[in-house]
Order: sequence, then structure tokens, then C-alpha cells
Amino acid sequence: MGIEQKLGNMGIATTTLETVVNWSRTNAMWPMLFGLACCAIEMMAAQASHYDMSRFGMELMRASPRQSDLMIVAGRLSRKMAPVLRQLYDQMPEPKWVIAMGDCASCSGVFNNYALVQGVDEIVPVDVYVAGCPPRPEALIHGVVTLYEKVKGEKFKDLAVT
Amino acid sequence: MAQLEEANLDLYKHLVSERALTGETMLLNMGPQHPSTHGVLRLLLELDGETVINCIPDIGYLHTGIEKNMEAKTYLKAEVMSDRLDYMNTMGNNLAYVLAVEKLVELDVPPRAQAIRVILTELQRIASHLVFLGAFGLDLAAMSVFLYCFREREAILDIAELCSGQRMMTTYFRPGGLWRDVPVEFEAAVRNFLKIFPKRVDEYETLLTKNPILLDRTVGIGKLDIATALQHGATGPMLRASGLNWDLRKARPYSGYEQYDFNVPTRTEGDTFARYIVRIEEFRESMKIVEQALNKLPMGPINSDNRKFVPPPRSELGVSMESLIHHFKLWTEGFPAPKASVYSAVESPRGELGVYLEGDGGPKPQRVHWRTPSFDNLSTIEKMVRGHLVADLVAILASIDIVLGDIDR
Amino acid sequence: MDKKLEPIVQALQEKYTTSIEEFRDEVHIFIEAEQIVDALTLLRDKYDFELLSALTATDYWPQQSPRFHVIYQLSSIARNLTLQLRVPLNGHNPKLPTSTRVYQVANWRERELLDMFGIEIEGHPDPRRILMPEGTQGHPLRKDFPLGYEEPQFTFNVEEINLRKPYAKD
Repeated sequence: MGIEQKLGNMGIATTTLETVVNWSRTNAMWPMLFGLACCAIEMMAAQASHYDMSRFGMELMRASPRQSDLMIVAGRLSRKMAPVLRQLYDQMPEPKWVIAMGDCASCSGVFNNYALVQGVDEIVPVDVYVAGCPPRPEALIHGVVTLYEKVKGEKFKDLAVT
Repeated sequence: MAQLEEANLDLYKHLVSERALTGETMLLNMGPQHPSTHGVLRLLLELDGETVINCIPDIGYLHTGIEKNMEAKTYLKAEVMSDRLDYMNTMGNNLAYVLAVEKLVELDVPPRAQAIRVILTELQRIASHLVFLGAFGLDLAAMSVFLYCFREREAILDIAELCSGQRMMTTYFRPGGLWRDVPVEFEAAVRNFLKIFPKRVDEYETLLTKNPILLDRTVGIGKLDIATALQHGATGPMLRASGLNWDLRKARPYSGYEQYDFNVPTRTEGDTFARYIVRIEEFRESMKIVEQALNKLPMGPINSDNRKFVPPPRSELGVSMESLIHHFKLWTEGFPAPKASVYSAVESPRGELGVYLEGDGGPKPQRVHWRTPSFDNLSTIEKMVRGHLVADLVAILASIDIVLGDIDR
Repeated sequence: MDKKLEPIVQALQEKYTTSIEEFRDEVHIFIEAEQIVDALTLLRDKYDFELLSALTATDYWPQQSPRFHVIYQLSSIARNLTLQLRVPLNGHNPKLPTSTRVYQVANWRERELLDMFGIEIEGHPDPRRILMPEGTQGHPLRKDFPLGYEEPQFTFNVEEINLRKPYAKD
């Protein structure tokens, strides 16, 4: 009766450009290997067969920042490593997102001292914080899905350069 | 602070050969972030084509200041930080720290707690070697081994979660015994694991041990003889693969290890393949120990009776005034330790893990120093890698089995 | 003290100025800084102490003399013995001769002493910082170096700390 029945027969679907762009960004977001410490092991466990992250589009982890769109900072960031993190973040092409995985990346966790950067958001802007020490692989997957919700809600007018 | 500076060659001039300064050999930075380093390790390589002339490790990218931070906390609260050192062997770190504290304040541990500590430490050793195997396979481009190993590791992490509620950083061993008794499902879970695991080890061996690609890439690569190993302080599977039969569980037994009957696998070649075989054999020996400990598990109390150091059970707090006072003093102030120092070492999957603990008469330690095995094991790399290719360097680094949390503390 | 250790301790007492301390069946021997390399060479060659397990230091600030105790933990595999040597050092200008020629592992361990405590090592082939970044001022494990404690954010002070914290833009 309505236009949907006619169109379905002809093989046409209607949508908005934003939805298509956001859908393609979330369905194959490749993270960059940035495992620093203990959270890296849980990230590897999330990538392995029991809690499979490639169901969510993260098929492989690229070591090169030029080929990835997501940086999962997994582990504690020391002051010596901070410039390296910033340089790698700058080398990633737009659009890029950052997940701070674990307590040490979010707020330096158990360690409140001279050697660690107190939260990765002093160096790079973070989109999603995943709590836990280390967070369970399911928690990391929940963080990733939260990031997907955030990306699906992105509008073009926020990204426009005036 | 957040700007990288241009690397200065003057820092390394005395370490590289003269050919590097003229430009004949190439100085390449295998940087902190790289798919085949086991953590954030920076290697400065001097290459002549593909051959490595010099290899200078640069560590400190994961320095966490754990030793200084432990001085600011009481003995019990500092134990939380000890898990995060060698994060593959978390319960082993807890065991090393707790044994040092018990030696310092002279606290006895009941046999049931000792047996459970042995079971969990050996399971942790199996878990650590599984990650070694996975990373070794991954570095040599055998990716399926990685997936198999992590499947087994899930079973061990489930057992840890059963006992303590946490998969990795458990802090389950406390000075004087354990945090809580193991639940009823513990024995069934461990026996189930022991039933399925031996066949899996045989599976890994069929995948890797006779594989011609692995043999080509690892036999004769990275030889380490006993004298060099001892000079560099390398212990654990590195020393045992070179020929010296030295295991702290047999030589200086702790926590009841003298009751269990097991062998210490040793090889004589000292190359990468020997280190791999030693760790595969250690799987089987650890399973033997777990089975014996589980069969002989005695009934009894979990914690020592000494209420000056071990908090009383909560059921007593309502009825006994002394228990309430002990509980209060322990949680607000902590227990005091004498003004002396001890050094206590255990055998971690990487070598000798030692704790130098010095008390100052009060509730906080004067100095906690961790003698971590990966620090000394890594210092052998400069000798082992000379003359090999870059691909061999990756295999050798995988076989040393370093954990950067251990090195940088 | 272990029976096998007694003749070794006696030999050390005769040759060098030492004092002995025993605690929980461990033996700690105090030796002067100038004699430590000789003592290590003697222990390694004559008494089979092949392994230097640990090399570290303790800071006893504000006490200035001695301020540091450098601890050498030696282990003998052939005889299954352990021994600890302690070297007291002054607070002003602490210096120690290098043991790199006796045990190769001292190369990295002494760099750690230099980095963390500021103890100058004479004759070290590679005196650079090892764990802290180049250009750090100060030596972290000294007791007068601050811990670097940052005030935790609770609900009552979260806004004021948020204003002070250097968040990254873009």
C-alpha cells in the first residue's frame, strides 16, 4: 500500500548518508595494537576464540597507525612513553577514536606516583573509558559496543570544518 | 613533555661499532610499539644488511615506580601492587611477597594453605607458559597455536575466578595463609582441567615440535652457554636449557615443595629450540605437582592463629573484645615489622624471583626491592644476537620470554 | 649460620674490615666500599659464588652517614649457599667502584643504582640512565624525592580538580 512495498520489490532501500557512513565505520573498525601491560593480555584474550572480537568487526589488529581507526590504550602509560603515544595518535588518519581500557589508562588506577601519567586523557582525547583492573574481555566488548553507539549517533554538522 | 625529541647519537656512540658512525652500517630503531615485542621494549639495532652487529636494549617505557609506591603503604596494602609486576605470573608474585613478609615477622602457615598455594602457583606457571607458547607461535607466524593456548588459559582463569573472584590480579595469598578457603567446586574444576590438558599438550607438540619451519628457524639460533648465562644472572628455563640443573623449588624448597615428586627438565644445547622444549616439559611436570598436591590436600585451618598479623574471622568480632581490637589495629595501622632485612626467592616461570624486604620497626616497609628475572634475562640478548638475522632476533626475543612489567617495575 | 658458610665468613673477616649480622638464618656482612671488588672476586673464584642475584640499595635519609647501604646478594649454585654483602655509603657524594669485571650483570644493575639513587659508579663502561627518561632531574628512590601523589577526585572537589588537570584538546 505504501511506498515501502513498492520499493522492496524493486531492490531499493532508502536511508540517510549519515547512517550509511556511520554504519560502514562501525562494522569494520580496526584497532591499533597498543597493548602496554596487563590489560594487553585481556585484550588478547578478547581477540582469541573464547570472547571473539572479530564478531564485532575487529578482525585484526594492525600494528601500523596509518591503517587503523581505533586506538585501544591498554595498560599503564609511563612518562617516558607519553610522547610516543602522542606521536602515534597524530599519525592516525581521521576519523579516529580512542578507548582507554583499564583503570591505569583512565585514571592511573592503583598507582598514584611520579612515574605514570595520571590518566591517558592528559595526552589524547578519550571517547570511551572501560573500568576494571584488568577489565574482563566482556567489559572490553561492552566498551567497544558503547563506542559503536556513539559513532552511530555522530552527525556531519559536528565534524564540519568551518 | 608530549613532544618526541630527535634521537641523539652521542648517547650511544660508545656502544656501536665505528662503522655506524661513518654510515657503513645502519642504525635502526625497533621502537617501543612493534607487533613482535612483548611489551614496550625499544631495541636499537646496528645492521649490516640483514645481519645484526649490535643490539642495544632501551627499557623504562613501562616504569611504574612500584618499589617507591610500596614504601608508602602498609604491608598488606602493598601486596596489591605486587600482582602488577609480572602480570603473567600474578599469583607467583603474591607468593614471593607473602613468603618474604612471613620470613620477616616469623609467621607460620598451616599445611592446607601451603598445599593450595602450591596448586595455584603451578596452575599459574602453566598459564604463563601457555602465553609464552602463543606468543612464540605468533612471532614465528604460526597463528593457530595462539588461539589454542588462550582457550586453555580460559580454563585456568576460571579456576582463579572461582577462588578469588578475579581472573588475573587475585591477591589471594595473604601473610599467614589465604584470603578465604577454596569453594567446594575447586577440586572438581582442577581435576577436570588435569583430565583434558595432557592431550592438549600433545596436540601442541604435534603442531610445533617436528615442524620443519620451526626447526629451521630455531635450532642453533641464539646459543647461550652456562658461563655467560651465570655471568649475566640468567636463571630459570634459560639456564636449564643451557645445561645447568638449577631450580629453586628443589634446591631451596619453600611452601612444602619438598613433599612432591617431580623432575626438572634440562637440555644442553642452549639454543632457542631447547628453551622451547624445556617449557613444554615443564607443562607436564607442573601437572604432576598439581595432581599430587590435590590428592594429598590436608584438611585444617587456612590461616595462621597469630592474630597480631592475621585478621580474625568476622564471626568472632561480635563476641570477643581482643578480636575486635586486633581487627581495628590491623586495618587502621597495620602490623609492625622488625628493623631488619630479609631476601626470599621463589622460582617463577621466568627464573629466580626474589624480594628484598626491609622493615623499619613500623607498619610500612623501609625498602622493597624486587629481583625480577626478566631484567637479568634480557641483558643476555646483546651476546646472543650478534651475527644473526633480524628474523632470528624476533625468535630469540620470543624464546627469552620477557615480561616488561618485570623489567621496568 | 650454615656450617658450610662459616669458613667463608671467617676468611672474609680475616682479609677485610667487616662486621657480621645474622637474622633469620641469613648472614649479612658489612664491607667497605674500596674492598668490595676484591671481596667479590675472591668469593667468585675461590668459593664458587657464581651468581649475583641482586644488587640494590636502601636509603636511610635523614641519616647522612651512612645514608645508603648497597646490598649485594650472592648465590652459590655449586655449594647451595647465599650470602649478603652490605656496603655503607655516605650521603654527600656517594661513590662505588664498579663490579662489571666480576659479574656482567652488574652493568645494568649499577645503571639502575645510578638512576634511582644517584650513587656514582667509578669505572662503569656505560653510565646512562636506564629506567627514567633522559633529562630527568633527581633520583626517584631517594627518600627526599616526592612520591608525586595526585589528589584523588571525589564528588566534593571534582570540578576544581578538573579545572587544574591538563586535559588534551583535540
